[in-house]
Amino acid sequence: MSTPSRTDTATAAAAVAATNAPDRGHDHNENEGHGHVEVDGVLLSAELVEGPSVASHDVAEYALWLGDDSLVLAQQLGWWISRAPELEEDIALGNIALDLIGHARSLLHYAGAESNRTEDDLAYWRTEPSWRSAHLFEQPNGDFAHTIARQFIAANYLFELYSRLADSADATLAAIAAKAVKEVDYHRDHAAQWVLRLALGTEESRARMICGLGDLWPFVDELFVDEPLIDRLDGVAVRPSTLRAPATDAMAPVLREAELNEPRGFISSGGGRRGDHSENLGPLLAEMQVLARAHPGASW
Amino acid sequence: MTAAKVAPGTSVARPRPTDLASQRAWDLAARVCDPEIPVLTIEDLGVLRSVAVDGTRTTVTLTPTYSGCPAMEAMRDDVLTVLRGAGYDDVTVELVLAPAWTTDWMSEEGKAKLVTYGIAAPTGRSGVRPAGAVRLQLAVKCPRCSSLNTRELARFGSTSCKALYECRDCLEPFDYFKVL
Repeated sequence: MSTPSRTDTATAAAAVAATNAPDRGHDHNENEGHGHVEVDGVLLSAELVEGPSVASHDVAEYALWLGDDSLVLAQQLGWWISRAPELEEDIALGNIALDLIGHARSLLHYAGAESNRTEDDLAYWRTEPSWRSAHLFEQPNGDFAHTIARQFIAANYLFELYSRLADSADATLAAIAAKAVKEVDYHRDHAAQWVLRLALGTEESRARMICGLGDLWPFVDELFVDEPLIDRLDGVAVRPSTLRAPATDAMAPVLREAELNEPRGFISSGGGRRGDHSENLGPLLAEMQVLARAHPGASW
Repeated sequence: MTAAKVAPGTSVARPRPTDLASQRAWDLAARVCDPEIPVLTIEDLGVLRSVAVDGTRTTVTLTPTYSGCPAMEAMRDDVLTVLRGAGYDDVTVELVLAPAWTTDWMSEEGKAKLVTYGIAAPTGRSGVRPAGAVRLQLAVKCPRCSSLNTRELARFGSTSCKALYECRDCLEPFDYFKVL
């Protein structure tokens, strides 16, 4: 990895298996080959809350969707450390990434229990088609305005999602969401402040904000598409289509105040939930996974 | 996870157990400090959620302040060290997410210690945050000179839980523990 990032450190610190494990195959589905594995970080309780701790297959798949979104976005944001326009922003984006890593850990831990995989198995040993992230989260950092545009959309979507998921019939998902929503609220605020500052700043910053928003907007639609899985998780999952209006309504006043129009144009076909990804995910995973794959079971 | 019985009169923030054996272990665990803010104990923070001694087995549950807070690992290790050092051999420390931690659980004593240490304590209570796209922040008092003439430099500070402020009167920067 060319640049040590906080994201890597956080994931890795949360991570790594204690004993030497033999080389593993491409897509790692089983726990076999691990030997005795300890997670050298805070051991997430087998039960984050009282109640059944192992998700059904469908719930596990849903947790994987949400966990992948957070982890991919956190990995993207980690790149900014040492590169943001000012030191405070370095720290802000690093902190936001850290929150997202926390959400991803809880969600992947829960998603993996069903198939006897750890959060690290899911983070480091799945190849691209097995990922379930939506395209928005995979989009490149671009310039700072692109990153802010992505944050603005992501944080508003996640806030509306977690607000409702906190009432899920699934106690574990509800607990994770109730925790996450408070943190995402700060992310939302952060993004809104920057949208205003860039859009109402100089001609240059305004032009970049308009460009960033225009480039990211095609990926908004995918967030609100109901996949068949959702039909099987009534009361457990939040139906994505029901989030479209509240998320749009939450973004509209900020755009209005920033004197920006909601971009119109082409809509990306998406497909992340089915394993069809943008061209950005492959290289991102290669960087994120290289260390774990080069040194299986390494710890520090 | 076995939730310990909570003594009447104890708060949601500090659910000290009722039975003597568990209380003894709670009081030991309660001394563990936050590695980033060493003036605060995990009890002051409200991070210590339960301690249950069942025969030779001791189970402690902690809750994270922020989902990704790396200090949790140090707190977990310190609780293990303190309890093992006191002769509790079979100790498990678990992490629970529900109910979600809030700065409302921070003790008044803890808030006072924070200010003495140079960190402004959370202002106001969490819960329903004001509606509207762009929020206003209540004035934060400078922990050095108590001036309210301060401004936020960065919403995200040295750790997940803090923002960075500066005082326009004494001109010193300071950390502010954000309301969550």
